[in-house]
Amino acid sequence: MFDLDLWREIFQSINKNRTRSLLSGFTVAFAILLFTILFGIANGLKNTFAEAFGDDANNSIFIRSGNTTKAHKGLQAGRRIQFKNEDFDYIKDDSGNKVEFITARIYRNATASYKNEQNNYSLRAVHPDHQFLEKTKIKDGRYINQNDITNKTKVVVIGKKIEEELFLRTTALGKYINLSGIPYKVVGTFTDDGGDWEERLIYMPISTAQHIYGNNDYIDQINLTYNPEMNHDEALSFGFSLERKLKERFSVARNDQRAIRVGNMAEGTKAVSQMTTGLTFIILVIGFGTLIAGIVGISNIMIFIVKERTKEIGIRKALGASPRSIVSIILIESILITAIAGYVGLLIGMGVIEAIGPSLKEYFIKDPGVSRSLVIGATITLIIAGSIAGYLPAKKASKIKPIVALRND
Amino acid sequence: MLKINQLHKSYPIGDSSLHVLKGIDLKVEAGEMVAIMGSSGSGKSTLLNIIGMLDEADSGDYILDGLPIKDLTEKKAAVYRNKFLGFIFQSFNLINYKNALENVALPLYYQGMKRKERQEKALFHLEKVGLADWAQHLPKELSGGQNQRVAIARALAANPKLLLADEPTGALDTTTSYEIMAFIQQLNDEGKTILMVTHEEDIANMCKRIVRLRDGVIMEDKKVEQVRAEQYV
Repeated sequence: MFDLDLWREIFQSINKNRTRSLLSGFTVAFAILLFTILFGIANGLKNTFAEAFGDDANNSIFIRSGNTTKAHKGLQAGRRIQFKNEDFDYIKDDSGNKVEFITARIYRNATASYKNEQNNYSLRAVHPDHQFLEKTKIKDGRYINQNDITNKTKVVVIGKKIEEELFLRTTALGKYINLSGIPYKVVGTFTDDGGDWEERLIYMPISTAQHIYGNNDYIDQINLTYNPEMNHDEALSFGFSLERKLKERFSVARNDQRAIRVGNMAEGTKAVSQMTTGLTFIILVIGFGTLIAGIVGISNIMIFIVKERTKEIGIRKALGASPRSIVSIILIESILITAIAGYVGLLIGMGVIEAIGPSLKEYFIKDPGVSRSLVIGATITLIIAGSIAGYLPAKKASKIKPIVALRND
Repeated sequence: MLKINQLHKSYPIGDSSLHVLKGIDLKVEAGEMVAIMGSSGSGKSTLLNIIGMLDEADSGDYILDGLPIKDLTEKKAAVYRNKFLGFIFQSFNLINYKNALENVALPLYYQGMKRKERQEKALFHLEKVGLADWAQHLPKELSGGQNQRVAIARALAANPKLLLADEPTGALDTTTSYEIMAFIQQLNDEGKTILMVTHEEDIANMCKRIVRLRDGVIMEDKKVEQVRAEQYV
């Protein structure tokens, strides 16, 4: 029940005992402020880390070919190994659900022009899965799709920089771009966290490129990501078995390092994931540490407040206050102060992070910040801790005989 | 009004215990004004505290206005204190962050009275003790005598049957003491039953009956000729 008089009593008590209220409020606000800032900075470190390794999928396997260096099965060294569509299909069928995304790649350079603007760009002919392997972010339109592959359509997806340079910052979507004399419809534009170079790429359906550049079914490279549910050892052995099977297929010596190369990111990701785990652990320690410091602080203050109010409690009891009204007046006051102070700490903390965040980038802290729900959770934890810390002595104080409480000076 | 039979009370002190009240029998009629006297340690304050339900007796009967006061829950004791008793303390015991009016209104708050009614009633009682102009002042802005008068107004606010005063003049100079006593006598004239603890003979003589305690038993219980306090003011 909402008891206006009770609230009036509480607000008067808070207002008339400003030092006490400010002291306990400050403790809570400071704890939440520290929590927000430390957690935010730690998150920023983690963001930097994730960014450094997160541009491309980190469960990738790259398969490239070259010339043989060793004679094998009666075939001479120096033979050129060329992947074709059938090899791509072979890997795709053979690996089954061990593969998450798979794409072939053909590399070309193209002179691109639109109206009077002209420039040279790198061209990649790919399968639709390439978007997820490279973490390409579509800005307008769409990426290459299976329909493009089947029909060998003359479409391209171009990077943001190309749009800026050739289309002079007008929208490229739906317009035709000229690549070495052949017009292609721009069906999409993209951005990429990999930087300017990545945004100066042109993507084309692989079948279209095969048709136009030589009318063959050659492939320069095959990229895939392994099923992320595989653990580190499984991923490594998957990469090794892929290499072994391909060498067999092309009659390449097992110890030939050049003819077929399988690069497996799993070899590097273990260190990365260990470091991320370590960082997460540090963040948790920092968070719990500040929270515990806050809990200890508010508990001490609550015990002090009840002690300070013992005489007042005695007076109120002598005038006919029930134990329950004594407990509720102390508890509600403390909850109110903690909640308001916690919110203030949260606002200041987020403000500080917002203000200094950008300038921290050179210290490897990127986009520092905490989720609002996390900080609110921390505040609620403090409120509960403060209530328990206040409830026990308040309950005890409400039980002592009024005469003992009155004698307390 | 109040009847006490074979009241015992002892306090534990370390391993042993101190027997403070050793079988008190006391009967007070409505309208009486009784002084309980005795040297320190005689048990006079303990007796008053038990009568005021601020403390509990170990054994014996205590009947207040026909109601047996025994094994009360905290909640019930709170209701009884609010309804039957008004307290006046030596150190006033006002809440220091509340002004005079709010202090006087506090027992009414615990009676569940509405705010407006409470303030009207509190102001009426403050007027009665002559402090209506000081209603908005905090205790620290008032003199000792004024504070005690606020405390008296507070004790009267809930219209109690019995007024209990523990050394009401103990913290005041002689002139102010007599002023306060004159006021308490006036309340008694109006019909309030008053019980006070004091160790000052002149104050005790301003009551109508003196009960002397020594070592936890009643030594003497006699009616006296009341000395009116007005003549000294």
